[in-house]
Amino acid sequence: MFEVISNEVLTDNVHRMVIKAPRIAKSRQAGQFVIVRSDADAERIPLTIADADVAAGTVTLIIQALGDGTRRIVGIEPPDGLKDVAGPLGLPTHIEKWGKVACVGGGVGTAVLYPLAAAAAEAGNEVTAVIGGRTEPLVILRNELAEFCDDVLVATEDGSLGTKGFVTAVLQELLDDEAKRPAAVFAVGPVGMMKAVAEQTRPYGIKTLVSLNPIMVDGTGMCGGCRVTVGGEAKFACVDGPEFDGHLVDFDELASRQATYEKHEKHEACRLAQQLNEMKRGQK
Amino acid sequence: MSSNDLTPKQRLAIERAKMTEQAPERRVTNFEEVNQGLPEAVAVKEAQRCLDCKNKPCIEGCPVGVRIPEFITALAEDDLPKAAEILLTDNALPCTTGRVCPQEVQCEALCIRGKKGEPVAIGWLERFVADWAAQHADTPKLFGNKPAKKTGKTVCVVGSGPGGLTAAGELARMGHDVTIFEALHATGGVLRYGIPEFRLPKAIVDREVANLESLGVKIECNVIVGKTITVEEIMEEFDACFVANGAGLPMFMNIPGENFRGVYSANEYLTRVNLMGAYRDDARTPVVRGKKAVIFGGGNTAMDSVRTAMRLGADPAIIAYRRSRAEMPARIEEIQHAEEEGIQFDFLVAPLEILGDEDGSVRAVKMQRMELGEPDASGRRRPVPIEGSEFELEADVIIVAIGVLANPILTNACPALDLNKWGNIIVDENTMTSISGVFAGGDIVRGGATVILAMGDGKHAANQIDVFLKNI
Ligand SMILES: Cc1cc2nc3c(=O)[nH]c(=O)nc-3n(C[C@H](O)[C@H](O)[C@H](O)COP(=O)(O)OP(=O)(O)OC[C@H]3O[C@@H](n4cnc5c(N)ncnc54)[C@H](O)[C@@H]3O)c2cc1C
Ligand code: FES
Repeated sequence: MFEVISNEVLTDNVHRMVIKAPRIAKSRQAGQFVIVRSDADAERIPLTIADADVAAGTVTLIIQALGDGTRRIVGIEPPDGLKDVAGPLGLPTHIEKWGKVACVGGGVGTAVLYPLAAAAAEAGNEVTAVIGGRTEPLVILRNELAEFCDDVLVATEDGSLGTKGFVTAVLQELLDDEAKRPAAVFAVGPVGMMKAVAEQTRPYGIKTLVSLNPIMVDGTGMCGGCRVTVGGEAKFACVDGPEFDGHLVDFDELASRQATYEKHEKHEACRLAQQLNEMKRGQK
Repeated sequence: MSSNDLTPKQRLAIERAKMTEQAPERRVTNFEEVNQGLPEAVAVKEAQRCLDCKNKPCIEGCPVGVRIPEFITALAEDDLPKAAEILLTDNALPCTTGRVCPQEVQCEALCIRGKKGEPVAIGWLERFVADWAAQHADTPKLFGNKPAKKTGKTVCVVGSGPGGLTAAGELARMGHDVTIFEALHATGGVLRYGIPEFRLPKAIVDREVANLESLGVKIECNVIVGKTITVEEIMEEFDACFVANGAGLPMFMNIPGENFRGVYSANEYLTRVNLMGAYRDDARTPVVRGKKAVIFGGGNTAMDSVRTAMRLGADPAIIAYRRSRAEMPARIEEIQHAEEEGIQFDFLVAPLEILGDEDGSVRAVKMQRMELGEPDASGRRRPVPIEGSEFELEADVIIVAIGVLANPILTNACPALDLNKWGNIIVDENTMTSISGVFAGGDIVRGGATVILAMGDGKHAANQIDVFLKNI
């Protein structure tokens, strides 16, 4: 059991959870993740470690509750605990002192981006965060990023906050302006967004790192379910990644593989809704 | 009549017992165990087939040297407590090995009765006695479960597969303070995530693990050695370490189309089904339930995968193997069971390419027929492709079960460990690695091998660790 120390709502269904996991806190580096199971029959869900406190023996996770698995995780409040937290998994992020760095985050990808941006800033880079979401409440971690970023730019599809449109439009402005053009770009978010960013930076030859989120099971290289094609080679994202050179990733294959169980997920959602209805009926 | 009174002639006249099995047409609709075990009277009679011959070749055939004729003689006399005591002293996980050992190439292969006719069903008798013992665990003098005097020495065991479990049990009985670190959220290694319920019920693994805990073994799941903690850090906390982290790195075929949806490594497919329970309708973890499944490989893993696919609704479920039936490394009983269940076998074929549909799901596999050519270095006739023999086989699930390599997650983080060119840990005759106090065994040393060999390594290593701890 891994004790939940705190569980606060950031916006909508985005939670920040602090969890007691001393061994992980001690060995974790930026860019690594854990695999979490809320309870005995839950799925294994990979989640980025947003932060860690070695002295307190805790790790911080930022979780957008979208599916059944993540909803069950954020449903656990102190002093209860999560059944399983395994990690830190994956390779640490690769940080250099590049100079100007743009960190582009879409939706919950911003949670994955956050520790990368922090590490980039720590290494002495001048970091501009470009974050977005469909609408204002879905833009997360704006204030947290502002603590160490030189600038935080926002785009929303409905224009409720910042520039109306996609993060790629904001990034394009940076690319177009030689004075602001980044030497390196981190992009984390939906596959389509990461692909678009990689295409944007390719002509400039700007180093572009993406953090991939294929379906995983064990997270230790044992199953190969997380395999992605990078530069024509099969890689296991859980052990060779999750960070890869965005200019080499086969994003279309990744998107297709991510959709393997879509039908199951829909079916599962229906089943849960049905159960809920039955429970409500039972209460009446 | 006491078994002692039987003449050799009378013993020879007894025919080999038949295993009680679920009927094939029924068992393909469920995940319950295929073999239901021998009734006591049948087991005793089967035991009476043993001639208790002078040379006892069967013991030679057993990697852990179980005193087979002794426990079988006790069984033949219907002295179950005695039979159980002998078996349990020599074998830490007999409920498991009685079900999964390849007896036909080990003990039973050397049984003198096999020279003319059929060998004694040693595996089934082992299973019978082990299951009896598990149901009568409170029988006095069974299990040397009274832990020895505490030595105050601490040992870390990495991995809770058969190798780790065996070593942990032995070390705890010697009075050492043992902690197991397991990467997954559950114990058992391949016994849990690989071998399906219909061959090895998970209740057995649970029981073996509970047994260890009652001996005082501490188990910490979710600890990935090499990530959560390194071997070096372990050696700062503990007096010795036994590494038995298995060979969990799946091989793929490296042909085009291998990343289409519905193409799995056997490890992933079986883990989803066994560890994550995807065979249950209410499971949270999904698996593609194919209507047409093709499985590449000819070992136990391939048999487990194909029979699982059939139980999840695939028809046909096909084994595609490069060589012929005789070369398949799977246990003979699994091949027979698969045949009875209606699994199709396509021998002497090799895949060329996996074909997908427009949304990236597998729809077929393109294959080529092979013929046996000249013998290769190993003396086996090498399969060579027949030109112009390409054909397509429809499939919506493909499972690659062509073997595993050493998983480097632990060794990568520990450069001081000497490895061979395949990444397996090198050990000396005392199972010690290149780091003093760090021992290793099982699949991480041998490459994909067997449960009993991993257990043998665990036992051997425990003895060597005990010696090592006395000298520090
Ligand atoms: C599907 C299948 C069917 C099989 N059928 C048979 C059969 O019928 N008969 C037979 O004799 N053999 C069979 N085998 C082979 C047999 O299971 C293995 O040889 C045996 O399990 C090896 O035991 P082990 O203890 O070395 O490793 P494993 O059983 O692989 O256990 C290793 C354990 O270590 C854990 N681990 C891995 N890395 C780390 C780490 N870094 N830190 C902490 N823990 C870690 C793993 O999660 C696992 O629990 C089969 C194998 C498979 C895959
Ligand atoms: S998740 Fe299983 S190998 Fe990466």
